[in-house]
Amino acid sequence: MSTSPRRWTTWAVLGLGFAFLYLPVVILMIYSFNESRLATVWSGFSFKWYGALLRDRQMLEAAWVSIQIAFLTATAAVVLGTMAALAMTRMRRFPGKTLFGALITAPLVMPEVIIGLSILLMFVALGDLIGFAPKGIASIWIAHVTFTLAFVTVVVSSRLAELDRSLEEAAMDLGANRIKVFFLITLPIIAPALVSGWLLAFTLSLDDVVISSFVAGPSSTTLPMKVFSSVRLGLSPKINALATLMIAVVAVAAVISWWMMAREEKRRQLDMQMAAKDK
Amino acid sequence: MIPPLLKRWLPHPRWGVIAVPYLWLLLFFAIPFLIVLKISFSTLAIAMPPYTPVLEFVDSAVMLRLNLSNYIALVMDSQYVQAYASSIKIAGISTLLALLVAYPMAYVIARLPPSSRNIALMLVILPSWTSFLIRVYAWIGILKNNGLINNLLMGLGIIDEPLKILHTPIAAYIGIVYCYLPFMVLPLYTNLVKHDHRLIEAAYDLGAKPWQAFFKITLPLSRAGIVAGCMLVMIPAVGEFVIPELLGGPDTLMIGRVLWGEFFNNRDWPAASAVAIVMLILLMIPILIFNRVQQREMEGKLT
Repeated sequence: MSTSPRRWTTWAVLGLGFAFLYLPVVILMIYSFNESRLATVWSGFSFKWYGALLRDRQMLEAAWVSIQIAFLTATAAVVLGTMAALAMTRMRRFPGKTLFGALITAPLVMPEVIIGLSILLMFVALGDLIGFAPKGIASIWIAHVTFTLAFVTVVVSSRLAELDRSLEEAAMDLGANRIKVFFLITLPIIAPALVSGWLLAFTLSLDDVVISSFVAGPSSTTLPMKVFSSVRLGLSPKINALATLMIAVVAVAAVISWWMMAREEKRRQLDMQMAAKDK
Repeated sequence: MIPPLLKRWLPHPRWGVIAVPYLWLLLFFAIPFLIVLKISFSTLAIAMPPYTPVLEFVDSAVMLRLNLSNYIALVMDSQYVQAYASSIKIAGISTLLALLVAYPMAYVIARLPPSSRNIALMLVILPSWTSFLIRVYAWIGILKNNGLINNLLMGLGIIDEPLKILHTPIAAYIGIVYCYLPFMVLPLYTNLVKHDHRLIEAAYDLGAKPWQAFFKITLPLSRAGIVAGCMLVMIPAVGEFVIPELLGGPDTLMIGRVLWGEFFNNRDWPAASAVAIVMLILLMIPILIFNRVQQREMEGKLT
């Protein structure tokens, strides 16, 4: 008797699961082309909400602010997260490792309202103490780096744990120092993890509404904050149009990265076949 | 070149690798909690910042004034107690529902041929790369009184008047399960894919029925995955703000919403801080469990 589930069970489970995951998003996208103002009644095909979206200056400005913050956040989070991952996987023992481990993993599950509140109160206390505190974009950036750092660390450390240490040892035997080994051997091998960590931090930052609302202050508004305030008032076809554009960008990026990964894998297998033939 | 004597006294570069992220997290993650703790003991004041100092230096003496009224209010005011209770209830039920949906998916994906596994897994993760806010928003149009589900059911003649789903706790359950599903599927999958099929085959050979083999072998072996997945869903769900705010009704009281209200609407920072501290204490045990599972995962392949 086979231990794999029957074919029709597999298809039923996957079909229902993916329908649940994708139908709401697909319906949202379809209604972005709806003529009517009422977002649930279909009255004809139209691009007019896309036009309205592109004429909304405030929305575009907020989007630009969000993209800048997300870019800076992802870059800093990858640098700090890689360092933290090296510390977690490569150094068996150092003073305060337990606390360090807790600080690295806790932001993964910490409710956003707590992170937002605590960082804001910290900025206020800092302003009280030294008369200066980060404001606007800088404060959102610090808060976003703090919570995305944990996600990058997890992604990078799982790659580091799989890495074949003998490559690094060989380089060291050949006389390279630790820093050289890191930049010439380790970094190129973990590069895919750095890319996915960067993308993860970018999307998490681009998506955050709660933490930004706490720390932003009156001067800066991010795209999610803008979306949240208009969604709170009810359905809006402009938001459907925005959602469709965002989903399209993500889908295209996903297909490209999947295609590149598949090509890379094919080439590697071909190389391995060639190497086997040479023997 | 650095002279050898100086080199000995300079910290080794490896300490920099630890120190930079460590200091960042201490400054922006650990110390902020201490400040929240401090402010939770202060009194609301009409000032900027809107609270009185806890520690004061008066007449060359340090005065420590701990105001417990914020905490007393949390216990005495039934609204807070209810909010904590219903947060835990909503998060608990949603976690259980997410587990029931995610387990079959993770199980089936782990048994697919290796080439299709990655595609299936990517399809599970893909929605979480699009905006969380937009995925929550998508359900408003579906669950509304004149939304898709009600229109469909009334069109088929199953119901005569619309079911009220949006602005009820049910909508909050759906929202949480929907948004957090990938966080449940992933740890379950990572666990299930490592299982040794021969154990199941052996159980079959010894006459076990499929359900017996599942409950006696697969389920107990996947415990670590279940724990990790449940923690990943439940802990953030307890403090969730966006989902109950958009999908739940005014009576879907959750602690994240109460904290938000105290901070933004009442501008009562001390009360908001006390709410946060009590939430942290409630979540402490699950967070510690999660930390241990996660760290074992991170260091597991080291030795």
